Amino acid sequence: MNMLGYELLGKKPTRHGFGKGLVELGERYDNVVVLGGDITGSVMTSFFKERFPERFFSIGVAEQNATTIAVGLALSGKIPFFSSYSAFAAFRNADQLRISVCYNNVNVKIGGGHSGITVGPDGATHQSLEELSFLRTLPNMTLIVPCDYQEARKATIAAGEMIGPAYIRFGRSAVPMFTTEDTSFEIGKAQMLVDGNEVAIIATGLLVWEALTAADELQKRKGIKAKVINCSTIKPIDVKTITDAAIECGCIVTAEEHQVHGGLGGAIAEVVTKNYPVPIEFVGVKDSFGGSGEPEELMEKFGLTWKEIYSSALKAIERRDKGFIGYRKIKQVENFIDI
Amino acid sequence: MIVEFDDLTFDNRPRKAEEFAEIALKIRRDIIKSLVLAKSGHSGGPLGITDVMTVLYFGGFMHYDPKEPKWERRDRFVLSAGHLCPVLYSVLARAGFFPVEELKTLRKYGSRLQGHPGIDMNLPGLEASTGSLGQGISIAVGMALSDKYLDKNDRKVFTLTGDGEIQEGSVWEAAMSAGNFKLNNLCVIVDNNDCQIDGRVHEVMSIYPIDKKFEAFNFDVINIDGHDFSEIIDAFNQFNMNSKNQTGKPTAIIAKTFMGKGVSFMEDKYEWHGIPPNEEQAIQALKELV
Ligand SMILES: Cc1ncc(C[n+]2csc(CCOP(=O)(O)OP(=O)(O)O)c2C)c(N)n1
Repeated sequence: MNMLGYELLGKKPTRHGFGKGLVELGERYDNVVVLGGDITGSVMTSFFKERFPERFFSIGVAEQNATTIAVGLALSGKIPFFSSYSAFAAFRNADQLRISVCYNNVNVKIGGGHSGITVGPDGATHQSLEELSFLRTLPNMTLIVPCDYQEARKATIAAGEMIGPAYIRFGRSAVPMFTTEDTSFEIGKAQMLVDGNEVAIIATGLLVWEALTAADELQKRKGIKAKVINCSTIKPIDVKTITDAAIECGCIVTAEEHQVHGGLGGAIAEVVTKNYPVPIEFVGVKDSFGGSGEPEELMEKFGLTWKEIYSSALKAIERRDKGFIGYRKIKQVENFIDI
Repeated sequence: MIVEFDDLTFDNRPRKAEEFAEIALKIRRDIIKSLVLAKSGHSGGPLGITDVMTVLYFGGFMHYDPKEPKWERRDRFVLSAGHLCPVLYSVLARAGFFPVEELKTLRKYGSRLQGHPGIDMNLPGLEASTGSLGQGISIAVGMALSDKYLDKNDRKVFTLTGDGEIQEGSVWEAAMSAGNFKLNNLCVIVDNNDCQIDGRVHEVMSIYPIDKKFEAFNFDVINIDGHDFSEIIDAFNQFNMNSKNQTGKPTAIIAKTFMGKGVSFMEDKYEWHGIPPNEEQAIQALKELV
């Protein structure tokens, strides 16, 4: 299957990319260390543990302690990764992340696993849908949500190589792979996957694949050319790419496996409102907790598939064409550079 | 009020018990002076733990070099009870890490002496930002872990917590892990003044017995009178021995202290946890601290 130039290369969980990336980092740098939180086999820090047992510390079910021990290690010149489920690696230790990690501004890297609704049967307690909004407000924090296996691998390596705190969000279930080892990845850079000028779909995580599907359907069914952007770094957000997309397309759809409040959608809305206001439609979980079910079933139930992106795109286009306040449609992008 | 600081510094070497009193007095006077200028901040705790901090920094128990604060073989101190920073700032200044004069800037805009310690200001001698109780002890565990298992050196890590602070559950996560990893290079000091903001620790939420709790987490526990210099010296000597035993335990020194020690109207009064002296009170306190 080829979709606007992207091929489905199989399915694999992003957590495997995280685990693989950690081992590669460990091979390159002997000061990379990993802390386990009793779910090493779930978040795939087990790969690192097997390969470098002397650089792995089991901390047990104690996320506050693990996060802060990581700070002590970082203050001693190490690059510690601590990984647990996002439900616990971003909330149980929220105070520790704010003060000990971000205020100290140290090289602590958090791997937030089993994120989002696609955890599936474990249910609402384990389906973190809120952490992006919290983490995004922490000064010094870098926040990455990879879209597939390869990107998770690259994001993990890049997080280890950058200076300062970072959080990588990844998931449990196998999701489409469509980027390759050669696809470029850079922290802070949103990547245009498909060019188009009628609506910009900006997605993150596993919703990027849904965005590609939606763009394909928009093209096939309506002849609409959508621009698709993979916004894998939520912080620092790529202001230029997003503003350019707003200018060129005049309307935006955001899509994320997260509450519609405060996450990717919130970040995009901030950029667009400040630089070039255009209508935005938000695809995500609408202010509710999740629930048990199979991942794909939950994606449907909670409105996280290409279908919502597709209908939101039509709505965004309609709002724009009806004359969104403040919108002036001009095809010549160059004219808007100085706004 | 005109407040002056002399620029006397003290060296770090083994001393007889009676030699510490003069240094401790200087530190207590600094605390009063910096707080009256700051017009806010914590008086009681810093005055209460001054004797212990004095022995730690000026008794030859911690290796450091004020000329080279980042010296890679230094021992490290993490102030888990971040609000006690007035005593740390004074001790660091008197050890020669930065000019004593700078104590005048406590809590002022742009100062390296933040209301709670912040390493973003690059204060020499300060190892970590703290202020949310129950975290510094875990940072210290991480440092000790790094020293013992990764860098395999003989550096030591000290951390100071309040007795109210240990009501935080995360403190016990840290204690559990220190015992688990046999961090013989870690020394946890508990400032046991039985005071916290709302009242007496044993009334607000009793954490007693403190020693048995740390023992249960596989610490070697030393109970001392935190104002008896001989006992403080013996405790740090004991830790020094413990730290040489690779298969040994972490050390907890439970220092029984009095909040506000040295100033009659502050002594053992929890009301002095989080307020500075006003000018009149500062003058009175300095009269007593001679
Ligand atoms: C996590 C957290 N909760 C609350 C506070 C506010 N606070 C600062 S000091 C303190 C009391 C601590 O008591 P103790 O450790 O005994 O210190 P002392 O009163 O002896 O100075 C509290 C509640 C804080 N700094 N951090």
